[in-house]
Amino acid sequence: MRFVGSGSHSAFPVYWQHHNLSTKPESAAEMIHSVFLINYTGDIFLEKHWKSVINRSVCDYFFEAKEKALEPENVPPILQTPHHYLINIYRGKLFFLAVIQTEVPPLFVIEFLHKVAETLQDYFGECSESVIKDNLVTVYEILEEMLDNGFPLATESNVLKEMIRPPTILRSVVNTLTGGSNLGDTLPTGQLSNIPWRRVGVKYTNNEAYFDVIEEIDAILDKSGSTVFAEIQGVIEACVRLTGMPDLTLSFMNPRLLDDVSFHPSVRFKRWESERVLSFIPPDGNFTLMTYHVSSQNLVAIPVYVKQNISFMETGPCGRLDITIGPKQTMGKTVEGLLVTIHMPKAVLNANLTATQGNYTYDLATKVLVWDVGKLNPQKLPNLRGSLSVQSGAPKPEENPSLNIDMKIQQLAISGLKVNRLDMYGEKYKPFKGVKYLTKAGKFQVRT
Amino acid sequence: MSASSGFNDEKGGSSSVGEPEYGHDPASGGIFSSDYKRHDDLKEMLDSNKDSLKLEAMKRIVAMIARGKNASDLFPAVVKNVACKNIEVKKLVYVYLVRYAEEQQDLALLSISTFQRGLKDPNQLIRASALRVLSSIRVTIIVPIMMLAIKEAASDMSPYVRKTAAHAIPKLYSLDPEQKDQLIEVIEKLLADKTTLVAGSVVMAFEEVCPERIDLIHKNYRKLCNLLIDVEEWGQVVIINMLTRYARTQFLNPNINENLLEEGCDKTFYGSDGNDDDEEEKDKGEAAALAKRKPYVMDPDHRLLLRNTKPLLQSRNAAVVMAVAQLYFHLAPKAEVGVIAKALVRLLRSHSEVQYVVLQNVATMTIKRRGMFEPYLKSFYIRSTDPTQIKVLKLEVLTNLANETNISTILREFQTYIKSMDKDFVAATIQAIGRCATNIGEVRDTCLNGLVQLLSNRDELVVAESVVVIKKLLQMQPEKHSDIIKHMAKLTDNIQVPMARASILWLIGEYCEHVPKIAPDVLRKMAKSFTNEEDIVKLQILNLAAKLYLTNSKQTKLLTQYVLNLAKYDQNYDIRDRARFIRQLIVPTEKSGALSKYAKKLFLALKPAPVLESPFKDRDHFQLGSLSHLLNAKAGGYQELPDWPEAAPDPSVRNVEVPEWTKCSSREKRKEKKVEKPFYSDSEGESGPTESADSESYSSGSDSGSGSAESGSGSESQESEEASDSEEEEKDTKKKKKKEELKKPVQRSESSEQSSEEEVRKRARKSKQQKSDSESESDEDDDSDSESIPSESEDSESEVDVKNKKKVQTRVKAVQSKAPPKPVTKESKKEMSLLDLDDFEAAPSPQVTPVNSFLSSSLATDLEGLSLSDSVLSPTAISPPGAQKSYELLHRITGEGLSVEYCFSRQPFGPDTNMVAVQIQFVNSAAADAKNLHMEDVKLQSGMRVKEFPEIELLPAGETATAVMGIDFCDSTQAANFQLCTHSRKFFVSIQPPVGELMKPVFMTENEFKKEQGQLMGMNEITEKLTLGAKCRNEHTIVQKVTAAANLSRVPCGSDKECRFAGRTASGGSLVLVTVASEEDGAARLTLNCDKMVIGTMLVKDVLLALTQ
Repeated sequence: MRFVGSGSHSAFPVYWQHHNLSTKPESAAEMIHSVFLINYTGDIFLEKHWKSVINRSVCDYFFEAKEKALEPENVPPILQTPHHYLINIYRGKLFFLAVIQTEVPPLFVIEFLHKVAETLQDYFGECSESVIKDNLVTVYEILEEMLDNGFPLATESNVLKEMIRPPTILRSVVNTLTGGSNLGDTLPTGQLSNIPWRRVGVKYTNNEAYFDVIEEIDAILDKSGSTVFAEIQGVIEACVRLTGMPDLTLSFMNPRLLDDVSFHPSVRFKRWESERVLSFIPPDGNFTLMTYHVSSQNLVAIPVYVKQNISFMETGPCGRLDITIGPKQTMGKTVEGLLVTIHMPKAVLNANLTATQGNYTYDLATKVLVWDVGKLNPQKLPNLRGSLSVQSGAPKPEENPSLNIDMKIQQLAISGLKVNRLDMYGEKYKPFKGVKYLTKAGKFQVRT
Repeated sequence: MSASSGFNDEKGGSSSVGEPEYGHDPASGGIFSSDYKRHDDLKEMLDSNKDSLKLEAMKRIVAMIARGKNASDLFPAVVKNVACKNIEVKKLVYVYLVRYAEEQQDLALLSISTFQRGLKDPNQLIRASALRVLSSIRVTIIVPIMMLAIKEAASDMSPYVRKTAAHAIPKLYSLDPEQKDQLIEVIEKLLADKTTLVAGSVVMAFEEVCPERIDLIHKNYRKLCNLLIDVEEWGQVVIINMLTRYARTQFLNPNINENLLEEGCDKTFYGSDGNDDDEEEKDKGEAAALAKRKPYVMDPDHRLLLRNTKPLLQSRNAAVVMAVAQLYFHLAPKAEVGVIAKALVRLLRSHSEVQYVVLQNVATMTIKRRGMFEPYLKSFYIRSTDPTQIKVLKLEVLTNLANETNISTILREFQTYIKSMDKDFVAATIQAIGRCATNIGEVRDTCLNGLVQLLSNRDELVVAESVVVIKKLLQMQPEKHSDIIKHMAKLTDNIQVPMARASILWLIGEYCEHVPKIAPDVLRKMAKSFTNEEDIVKLQILNLAAKLYLTNSKQTKLLTQYVLNLAKYDQNYDIRDRARFIRQLIVPTEKSGALSKYAKKLFLALKPAPVLESPFKDRDHFQLGSLSHLLNAKAGGYQELPDWPEAAPDPSVRNVEVPEWTKCSSREKRKEKKVEKPFYSDSEGESGPTESADSESYSSGSDSGSGSAESGSGSESQESEEASDSEEEEKDTKKKKKKEELKKPVQRSESSEQSSEEEVRKRARKSKQQKSDSESESDEDDDSDSESIPSESEDSESEVDVKNKKKVQTRVKAVQSKAPPKPVTKESKKEMSLLDLDDFEAAPSPQVTPVNSFLSSSLATDLEGLSLSDSVLSPTAISPPGAQKSYELLHRITGEGLSVEYCFSRQPFGPDTNMVAVQIQFVNSAAADAKNLHMEDVKLQSGMRVKEFPEIELLPAGETATAVMGIDFCDSTQAANFQLCTHSRKFFVSIQPPVGELMKPVFMTENEFKKEQGQLMGMNEITEKLTLGAKCRNEHTIVQKVTAAANLSRVPCGSDKECRFAGRTASGGSLVLVTVASEEDGAARLTLNCDKMVIGTMLVKDVLLALTQ
């Protein structure tokens, strides 16, 4: 990339200063020097520097790698250039690229970039190019607050929101009329508190605390339908809108199921260790209370079975596909949102299939077959069958594609985890409490 | 790059191709008049007196900056608004200023005064933000101002401002490295800060400015360990990484002994010495001898670090988890490293970038510590949807995990991978199979056969890769596999992939002796098809021909010449050259020189078998989790992870002098050494200054008081009384000494009798104990915690009590001499101990009878009352908030402002002598009063009893109260669980006693002792040999250490080589007799007689630990 310059600044002292920095590698340490936001096509639409400016041409190394990787997921997260290291994450069709100059734990930077993405998501409801462009100044300010001299400063979105208010439709109307902005005009106190995730003086008229226990089944099933590997990943998402400083205790009927856990910083680890209860002063609003893992040593119930036969003729431009899905261990609940995705071999030109239920699409460019089944009816099992046309002359595809299954089961935690009770201390009122369970397919793959 | 980017700076903003230009520099010419005018707009808006216009202008300017456009020409117009009243405008002006000040230094100076004013603002947030912006302005001329501001802010009242100061340090340092020395002073000061808010930031500053100054950490080490859990996530990462490095310089390798045993199971040990820890590099024999001589005992500070980082494995932040994982990997005993596996496997469910980094680290770990990831083998199975780079890394891990038992599973898995559509991945899988085959002899043939089948794969890449791998495998044992070479020879008919054909031909040529019949035939076929072959194949045909000619010229001479002739007229000059070259070498003519003699050597030289090893081998010499590790190259600013020291540096450097206001008794000090330090800090929790352990210097001085459990108590409140006290105590000790001298008849011998039979048992026990030691520590930190903690806290308690009695404190002197010299270096230490020694020599005799036993129980109860009222009356004098050293029962946050701590007072519990007295201190730091503090719902093991403390009706906000409760633990270390209730809340709490607190001292004479001991032989006796820690080789220290570890009293003894102690368990009244007999060179024998075997075993463990440090 060439830069057409406005040449008038060439005499500024910044140059020799810069020079100094670069010849003094040891002491120029900072964690994150600059961040660039880059869209899918490779446009840099935001840059933020915490020290001297690093020219955006540094991203060329990244573009080169991106070119080479073909898929954005395959861009190496860490790139080494002659003078910098580039650490990038790919999220929501955007690349967040951090430039660093010296040793820093890569996960530190990666986690921070994800935190940025999450914060933006939290602020604007989504984290996309258009949203960021619409709120450029706010985003810039958020970045300014999140890092100080390249070191994370305020990363709790609750603290940030005290300093920089998230936009609302009402406020943006008011702002246009009055010329106001989204900057908080009171001084943020969250940074000073011992519990930075919660601000003081929260008030609600309806006090409510909802918890969603969401479990995902990660599984690999082999051709014959037996389980190669299965485990359950759980997460408890909370939405807590409570007045004041409530102290909550959430307990389970069967906490021993949980094999491995990680917590929101608010959760008191010692109490978990000693009593297996979650005791915490909740953040205000939505947050992930805990994630957990149910060991693969336990038997994992697999809610559906798949009978499949995909074959390609040894000769002739043709293949057969026949898939049937039926319920297996559903604990009496209905399987919904059933979706089968198959990445076909390159040689498959088209698919001519009939589905007894739902619709299928075959994307000719990406070679992805998607069958949207919907609700699984145990009386009448959904079936998809038909022929695949294979490029003539091409050799018979070596492998059979694996099936990726998506599904949902409402009101069920497949591990059997049950919330026992939620107690609130420290406040007088009685909150509304609710727990919802949901089981989903995570990375659920059937090999063929 | 950075230099050149520096030069481009300005222009960088101005355009990137294809984007509309606005906000261009007006000076570049009038042509861009529209831009010029646009900026004029902005200037007008900024000059207006309407805030809304200014704000609008600033927003547009900041948007320009965000897009990377140049807005530097607006500097004068913007900087005028730095003092703008509107906070929103102001903030945006700051943003602008930080970005452009560097380029417009002169103008930037105009803004400085605003910030200087801000630094004095009464509001901490304004002070902090002023400092933040000021320090972000990279203008060299203000360096002195910044320095001043940082220094001032470092002593600000507000921790938030201090945090900002810590952040400012690296900024100033990178602006002017000359300031380093001054900045280090500030860092030193901030390192001593006790708030969690500052800790992470100052360690970050430390790492950037002076990572080499490890000495600055000593005094703050324990505090950092204890604060860690409450520090914010990012700070945790930095602190953990720094502490890893610190620990490597200060502690001994915990695996020093295990490394020797491990050779059997650790494959890499064979592979090469170089990749193992340096200890392993040492001569094995020598190391073994060394290990036998010195049983490894972990420094309590080392343990503290491991224990306090472990909960962070549950952090939601992957960077924190990784930091802890690498800490464990680099610092923990091998048996304990396993805990990190689960957490790391958890991270594999995070974003793919996180997976990428974690897998790289797991790959390195699996080479050294395969066992710990084996249970998670399936978590590394590959999904077709994984990105290729993740697939390849998982494959690497699977390969490293492969061993005899799981190889069949892994190979089955690999079989499915071979069919993948992702060819890069397939190639990597084939490589992986090859590596499994080389590492695991059992499956070599299976793998080979599998790979041979792959030779018929349609994919060129797969075939080529297979051939290459087969080639490597065959090179390892060619003679065994002539059948495969034969098979491959046959394949030449079918395989069309040139690369594969070429490889096969190479193989046949190389091992033509193994296939003497087939080789010429292959050459014949190849000669036939020569003209139709690809170039690489032709080259290999030539090679084959040459080799055959040299080994079997009879059969192949003509063929070779035919092939050479064909090649002579080939279109490709490489082939023509090769043919010419070979002809000259192998076909002797007059012209061919001396070289042809060596033709055989040239062509049939033994080629070394390639080594198939993991690219992650040896990577662990980089600190795991670091960028350098990931890149496998040293990144700028990387701090090497030092090797373990041969001998541990003086651990006392981490002792912290006692802040004047803490009451700190001699006993506490003495104790330090023996108990694990962590709980110290535990009890301090978030509030606490780490006042630990100046034990050494003290201990030598504490002599006179040492024998008596109760003798010492010093707090500043008493300092005035010091003189009289010490006099008193001198008298006291004199008296005691006399007494002892009277009963001096030497009688010892019994113990030696049984020594031989004990020997065997002893040994077994020792090893067992060591094992259980490490186990219990790793698995249940809680246990070890609770065991030691109360014993510690109990002291402080007893001190409070005893204080009122005005009993004797030798220590006061020590405390005084201690407090002033703050820079506690070794010299000052020594000085002090010298002082103390003098003291001691002046004092008559160290032998002291336990004061404790003289206490009448009524006096004790009196004291109890006293202590109660005392602490209630003057909470500030006795225990300023945060100075408590007892064990935490209820944390301030959990308790919503109510914090409760407890300690074992070692006083008889009045109402019931079977009970252990536990003193509880309540601090109400909440805004509201706490009412009706009482206990409820006591849950006990059967037989245990509790005497509840009287209800505290009112504890006003900010006040402190103390209560005493009694617990009959039934001579077990089971915890007493109960609910602590206030008028509004209930908290689950539990008290668990260390074993040493389950007994009461008993006074007996030497004769009685011997008699009792004689009745507690055999099963009731435990003997251990030990090496006394360097610091506790004299009698006084031994006495101190033992009495601190257990509530026992000294039994007078004629020999100065033996120390004896006696006590009875509180509940059952079983005798507990301890004898420490010291021998040459610090060797010693510990004998414990007690008919409660569990108590005995546990106590031995504690005493042993206390004495070996």
